[in-house]
Amino acid sequence: MALVTISSHTRINADLYELTFTAPMDLQTTRYEPGQFLHIRVTDSFDFLLRRPLSLCKVDLLHNRLTVVYRVQGAGTKRLSTKQVGDALDVLGPLGRGYQIHKEDHASLLIGGGVGVPPLVELARQLHELGQMVHAVVGFQSSQQAILLSDLAQYGSVTVLTDDGSIGKKGIVTDVLRTEFCNGFDRYYACGPTPMLKAVQQVLRTADLPGYLSLEERMGCGIGICVGCVHPIMRDGHVANMKTCKEGPVFAAEEVVFS
Amino acid sequence: MKSYEAIHQVDLTVPFLSLSLKNPVMPASGCFAFGREISAFYDLNRLGAIVVKATTLDERQGNASPRLAETPAGMLNSIGLQNPGVECVIREDLPYLAIYEQLPVIVNVAGTAIEDYVEVVKRLSQVQSIAALELNISCPNVKCGGIQFGTDPEMAAEMVRAIKAVANIPVIVKLSPNVTNIVEMALACETAGADALSLINTLIGMQIDVERKRPLLANGVGGLSGPAVKPVAVRMVYEVSSAVHIPIIGIGGVMTGVDVVEFLMAGASAVQVGTANFVDPYACVRIIEELGVWCDEHGVQSVTELIGAAKPKIGV
Ligand SMILES: Cc1cc2nc3c(=O)[nH]c(=O)nc-3n(C[C@H](O)[C@H](O)[C@H](O)COP(=O)(O)OP(=O)(O)OC[C@H]3O[C@@H](n4cnc5c(N)ncnc54)[C@H](O)[C@@H]3O)c2cc1C
Ligand SMILES: Cc1cc2nc3c(=O)[nH]c(=O)nc-3n(C[C@H](O)[C@H](O)[C@H](O)COP(=O)(O)O)c2cc1C
Ligand code: FES
Repeated sequence: MALVTISSHTRINADLYELTFTAPMDLQTTRYEPGQFLHIRVTDSFDFLLRRPLSLCKVDLLHNRLTVVYRVQGAGTKRLSTKQVGDALDVLGPLGRGYQIHKEDHASLLIGGGVGVPPLVELARQLHELGQMVHAVVGFQSSQQAILLSDLAQYGSVTVLTDDGSIGKKGIVTDVLRTEFCNGFDRYYACGPTPMLKAVQQVLRTADLPGYLSLEERMGCGIGICVGCVHPIMRDGHVANMKTCKEGPVFAAEEVVFS
Repeated sequence: MKSYEAIHQVDLTVPFLSLSLKNPVMPASGCFAFGREISAFYDLNRLGAIVVKATTLDERQGNASPRLAETPAGMLNSIGLQNPGVECVIREDLPYLAIYEQLPVIVNVAGTAIEDYVEVVKRLSQVQSIAALELNISCPNVKCGGIQFGTDPEMAAEMVRAIKAVANIPVIVKLSPNVTNIVEMALACETAGADALSLINTLIGMQIDVERKRPLLANGVGGLSGPAVKPVAVRMVYEVSSAVHIPIIGIGGVMTGVDVVEFLMAGASAVQVGTANFVDPYACVRIIEELGVWCDEHGVQSVTELIGAAKPKIGV
């Protein structure tokens, strides 16, 4: 836990913000994983008591800075959006288990929906650095919600879909995940709303492509002490409620049980 | 803030049952797991004691998600006693805590029927490293999850007698605030042999997801905790401590050292800190330090001076 200073905070689209601050630790020497999250207090008074989980989106090793990208979802993130450059921010993390990177892979498929896209940016950077071919398939409601497209394009090709066709193709991410398309990849990495993850898991199971899903559950502590954030996970033949803040938020796709 | 040396002048120890706690602050059950995670933040020996997550006879998976909702200055939870079962706790979790030699361990016990509680207590009685048991007769989150024992004085008394008959260590009974008359419940437990009382557990509440037109928690109802419940807890501690002769642990919305002072003045001998740990992993040790500073600034030499200080002085 640390008080960090906000170095930039900008609105990047309708209700979407990019927030950068000095990392609470030395990023050169600290281990972190794409897909991990930061647990952030939006105020130091008691009106919004709980922290808000936001994914690690960009890591600037040179300036030792971290960036999160978030949507104003409710009152807490609205409060966060009023923070100014120079303000202190109470940040815990990076927390949880992120995406596991497979050095032996040649081509990786990244699938993101809405504010599930942010963690894919740092992931894409790392995969690209390893020389892997990276293709991101990302879906948004409309061009008003589209984010991080040029960031992703730095590391590979990007297919954009929107519900209304206002940018990219009209449709949803699973529309492009046909088996022939998926055959070109070694693995997939997905993050997005639960219905999308469920559909992706189903389609890519059929295509026989292994992958990871980053789950989104409501969190209390973010460090494993409240047991509030669980999701059913199948391991060693048993289904158990696992803490997504500690064992996740990223799980192997085949382990995740959806109701 | 004053220096740490100044705080050292204040005696934070409190006698509690047969123990001498090095300070009156302990994490509340279900808000600290079994201590492992927080041990990455500070030395658990600094705590007055630790109360671990509710332990039941068999493993429980708890309720479905969502299990948490935020409320003004508080939160609702419907965890539903997810825990690995008493055998696993004895095998894996209690030995870990035994490493902390200066940390009294209090095990919170839950169940469905009296026989479950008795069996869990029998098994825990084999473990040397436990300082006391806390009977959770007040969990609002499980169907028949003990709450009926927590709302009926006769049943509470029957439970306490059954546990006292098999327990070889002190038994603290944790009361539910979801009753009409908390003093009646407290007296029933005291008469039945409870060694101490802790209060309060969470208040039953609900939040509606107005977009989906249904309760937000998968379980429907949940337990309210955090600063929002503190006035209810302080009132109950005040009323109960005026009626019983056994020590009381005050619980509910403790976020700062001054909140501890408030509970002590209301008649508690110690406090538990729950929700605050979720907001700030260092909450307990910060609160201990703030308590020391407050005492120092107010010329209090021993925290025991504060216990019941808000009560009318008899004979004055
Ligand atoms: C691991 C993880 C990573 C995330 N990363 C991002 C990200 O990078 N960018 C982004 O915009 N959003 C992200 N989210 C979702 C984000 O945490 C929520 O949108 C945010 O907490 C909403 O807070 P609020 O106060 O605005 O909404 P409110 O509805 O007022 O919040 C009330 C409570 O519900 C919780 N909550 C509400 N919606 C969600 C949700 N969808 N997921 C989890 N908790 C929720 C809040 O944390 C809070 O405790 C992530 C969620 C998780 C679990
Ligand atoms: C997530 C959560 C889990 C809890 N689990 C338990 C439990 O297992 N046993 C128990 O006796 N009380 C449990 N409680 C109640 C707390 O121990 C405490 O009585 C209550 O939260 C009020 O204190 P607070 O306002 O400081 O959180 C739980 C509370 C929360 C928020
Ligand atoms: S958020 Fe508390 S255990 Fe995961």
